[in-house]
Amino acid sequence: MEAVVTSPVEEHGHGHEHDHEHHESFIRKYIFSTDHKTIAKQFLGSALFFLFVGGAMALILRWQLAYPGEALPLIGSMLSDRFVSDGVVQPGFFMQMTTMHASVMIFLVIIPLAVGFFGNLCIPLMIGTDDMAFPTLNMFSFWLVPPAAFFLMIGFFHESGAAAAGWTHYPPLSVIGGFGHYMWTIGVFFVGFSSILGAVNYIATVLNKRAPGMKMFDMPLTVWALFITAILAALGTPVLAADLAILFFDQFFHSSFFIPEGWVVADYPNNGGGQPILFQHLFWFYSHPAVYIMLLPVMGVASDVLATFSRKPVYGYKAMVFAIMAIAFLGFIVWGHHMFQSGMNPLLGTTFMLSTIVIAVPSAIKTFNWLGTLWRGSITFSVPMLHALAFVATFVVGGLSGIFMAAAPADVFIHDTYFIVAHIHYVLFGGSLFGIFAGIQYWYPKLFGRRQNETWGQIHFWLTFIFFNLTFFPMHLLGIGGHMRRISDPNVYDFLKPFAGMNEFITICAIILGFAQLILVVNMLMSFKLGKKASRNPWRANSLEWAAPSPPVGHGNFDKPLRSYRGPYEFSLPGKKRDYLPQWKKPAKSESAEESAKQAAGGNGQAAGGGGH
Amino acid sequence: MAHGALTLDHEPVTGIPHGKLGMWIFLATEIMFFSGFFATLIVMNHANPGLFEETAQKLSWQLALLNTVVLISSSLTMALSILNLERKDTKKFQLFLGLTLLGAFIFLVVKYIEYSGKFALDITPETNVFYACYFLMTGFHGLHVVGGIVPMVWMLGKSFTEAGYTNVGRVEVLGLYWHFVDLVWIFLFPIFYLLYNPTLIIF
Ligand code: HEM
Ligand SMILES: [Cu+2]
Repeated sequence: MEAVVTSPVEEHGHGHEHDHEHHESFIRKYIFSTDHKTIAKQFLGSALFFLFVGGAMALILRWQLAYPGEALPLIGSMLSDRFVSDGVVQPGFFMQMTTMHASVMIFLVIIPLAVGFFGNLCIPLMIGTDDMAFPTLNMFSFWLVPPAAFFLMIGFFHESGAAAAGWTHYPPLSVIGGFGHYMWTIGVFFVGFSSILGAVNYIATVLNKRAPGMKMFDMPLTVWALFITAILAALGTPVLAADLAILFFDQFFHSSFFIPEGWVVADYPNNGGGQPILFQHLFWFYSHPAVYIMLLPVMGVASDVLATFSRKPVYGYKAMVFAIMAIAFLGFIVWGHHMFQSGMNPLLGTTFMLSTIVIAVPSAIKTFNWLGTLWRGSITFSVPMLHALAFVATFVVGGLSGIFMAAAPADVFIHDTYFIVAHIHYVLFGGSLFGIFAGIQYWYPKLFGRRQNETWGQIHFWLTFIFFNLTFFPMHLLGIGGHMRRISDPNVYDFLKPFAGMNEFITICAIILGFAQLILVVNMLMSFKLGKKASRNPWRANSLEWAAPSPPVGHGNFDKPLRSYRGPYEFSLPGKKRDYLPQWKKPAKSESAEESAKQAAGGNGQAAGGGGH
Repeated sequence: MAHGALTLDHEPVTGIPHGKLGMWIFLATEIMFFSGFFATLIVMNHANPGLFEETAQKLSWQLALLNTVVLISSSLTMALSILNLERKDTKKFQLFLGLTLLGAFIFLVVKYIEYSGKFALDITPETNVFYACYFLMTGFHGLHVVGGIVPMVWMLGKSFTEAGYTNVGRVEVLGLYWHFVDLVWIFLFPIFYLLYNPTLIIF
C-alpha cells in the first residue's frame, strides 16, 4: 500500500479504505461492483439480453411485412388486444415495433456494447492500469442503463402503448403521442447521462493512467478509437440531452418549442412560435456523431484483430489515428444530410452534401490501411478474424450506400425508403455488430479465462455472415423500387405488389439470422465452464492486456510490475526468432540503444510497414 | 494487496489530479448542454421578431440583480473556503463554506419568489416561447445550484465530525463546478432580464 501515490481527489479516497474491499459482500462484488471488468461483463450481459429483445421486435416487423394480415405464429395469441387482433399485428403496434426495435438496438445494445463494454474492458487493461480513474462513477454509468430500459419499455404496459414516433422521435408527433412517448424521452435522457459519465471517465483514464513508458502514440488503436469516441460522446450527448429536455418541456409543460405555428391537434394548447425543425437539428447534431460513437470503437477493435491475425503491424498506424480524428471532427459538421427533405435552404443542403462526401476520405484511408495490413500477412482465419474481415467488407458496402444518400438530389428519391434501412443495417449490424462480435471473441479468453468452442464459433460466423447479407442486401433493391420504410402493409400499394416475394425471402432469412445468434450466446455460456483454460496470451498479441493473467487478477488486473517499451504492433520483426515483440518486454541492451535513438528521431517504434503514408 | 494484484496507481500522467481533470471534461459537456439551450433561444428570437421585447419587461431585473450579487459572492466565499482548508484553518473553512451554502439557499429562495410572482400573473412555460425559454434555462440552472448544494452539505457536515474534512482536492473540484454555475448565470442574467427590456435604456 505504501507505494500508492494517492492524488488528492482519488475515487477511493484514503489508502486504508482500499483494504476493506477484500471482504466485499456478494452485492459489492457482483452487483454494485466498481471493478471495470465486472462492469464490462454487466454491460455485455445486459446488451446481449436486449439484443434478443430488439431482435424479437424485428422479427415481428418482418412477419407483418412478409405476411400482412396473417396471425403471428407462436406469440400472436399471447399478445394483448391492444397490439394484435386475432393474432394479426395492428398498424399502431407496427409503429411501436419500428420505434422500439431501433431504440433498443441503438440505445441499449450497440452503444452499451461499443462504448460501455469495450471501454471498460479494454481501456484499463490496454493502457496497463488497475482500473478507471473514477470507479464509482463507472458503476453509476452502468446502473443508469436499467432505469433507461425501464422508461423506454414501460409504455408497453400502458393502454396507449409504447413510443411510436420512430427512434428519431420527431415532434410534433412525439409531443402529442401520449404516455409511451413521454417515458421514451426520460429513458433516452438516462442513456445520455450514462454516456456522458462514461465519456468523462474514459478521457480522464486515458490521459492520466497510462502505464509508465506508454506515450499516446504507443496506444493500441482500440484505445485511440475509444478515446476519440469518448470526446465525441462528451461533446455530442449533452446536445441530445438539451434537445430532450426541451422536448420534455413541450410534453409536460406545453411550451410548444417544437410545435409549428397554427397547428391544432387534440387539446394541445399551441401558443405559436415553435420550430419543429429545430428539434431535428439538435437531434442530428448528436445522432450523426452517435453513428460514429457506434462505429469508431469497433474500427479500433478491427485494426487490432486484423494486425494480430495477419502477424503484421497495422499499416500506417499514425494515419489511422489521424483518420479517426478527422472522422470525428467531420462527424460534427454533416448532420444536415438527414434533413435534405425536412425543409432546408438548398445552399445549406449543398454544404452538408459536400462535407458528408468528404468523410469518405478518412473512411477510405482506414479501409485501405486495413487492406494494407492484410496484404501479404500470414493470415489465420480464426473466429475473431473472420468477424473482423466481415466488418471491413460490410462497412465498405454501407459506406458506399452512404455516399449515394449523401448526394442531395439522389437522396430526395431514396430518403425514407428501404435503401436507408439497408444502409443502416450494413453499417450498424454489418459494421458495428460484426466488429463487436470480433472483439467479444478476441477478448473472451482474457475476460473469462476460457477459450470458446472454435467449431461453433465458425458455424455462428458463417450463418450470421451469409444470412445477414441475404437479409439486408435485397433491401437496397426494395428502396430503389420505392418501398417506403415504416409502413405496416406494403400490399396496399399496387406498385409494391411485385416485391411481395422479396419481402417474404427477406423475412425467412431474417428468422434464420435471428436464431443463429442463439449459437453465440450458448457457446459463450457453455464455455464459462467447459471451455479450455486460456493462457495469458493465446493469440500471441502485443498489447498490455495480454501481460495480465487470464482472467486478470481480482481488483487490480496485473500481477507483475508493468512498463511499456514500444508500440503495440511489433509483429514479424525481421531477424527475430519470435514473430512478435510485446509492449511489456524489456529491450535487450543493444536494442534499447537503438530504440532510444529511434524515439529521439521522432519515430514511434514501429516496425516495417508502419507509418507508411 | 491480496490476490497477488499489484497496485499500479502512479502520479497522474498529465500532472493534473484525476478529479480536477474529470471536472474540466465534465464542464465541457455542460457547456455543450447549455449551448443547446442558447441555440434554441436564438432561434426562437429570430422566429418571433418583436416578441421578446414585448414580453420581457414582466421579469423582475431587481430580483435577478440581487441573485447575481448573491451568486458572485458565493463564488468568492467558495474560493476562500478552499484557501482556508489548504491552510488547515477548519473554523474559517466551515465559515466560508457555510456562507457559500447560505448564498446558494438565498439564490433558490429568491428564485422561488420570482417564479411564484410569475405564476401569480399567470405566466408559465405555456405563455409564449420567451417564457418557455426563461423557465427552461433558469430552471435547469436552478437544478445545477441544487446539484452544488448536495456535496456542500455533505462536506460541511463531515467537517463537524471527529474525523473532520481534509480533502482539499475535492473541495477544489466542487469550486470549479460552482464557478461554472455562477458563470452560466452571468450569461442568463443580462440575456433574460436586461437585453430585451426596453425600459432599461442603456441596453
Ligand atoms: C461514409 C460514411 C457514411 C455516409 C456518407 C452516410 C450517409 C448517410 C446519409 C446521407 C443518411 C441519410 C439518409 C436519409 O435519411 O435520407 C444516412 C442515414 C443513416 N446512417 Fe449513414 N452514412 C455513413 C456512415 C454511417 C455509419 C458508419 C453509420 C453507423 C454506424 C451510419 C448510420 C446511419 C443511420 C442509423 C442512418 C439512418 C437514420 C434514420 O433513422 O433516419 N451511417 N447516412
Ligand atoms: Cu448521418
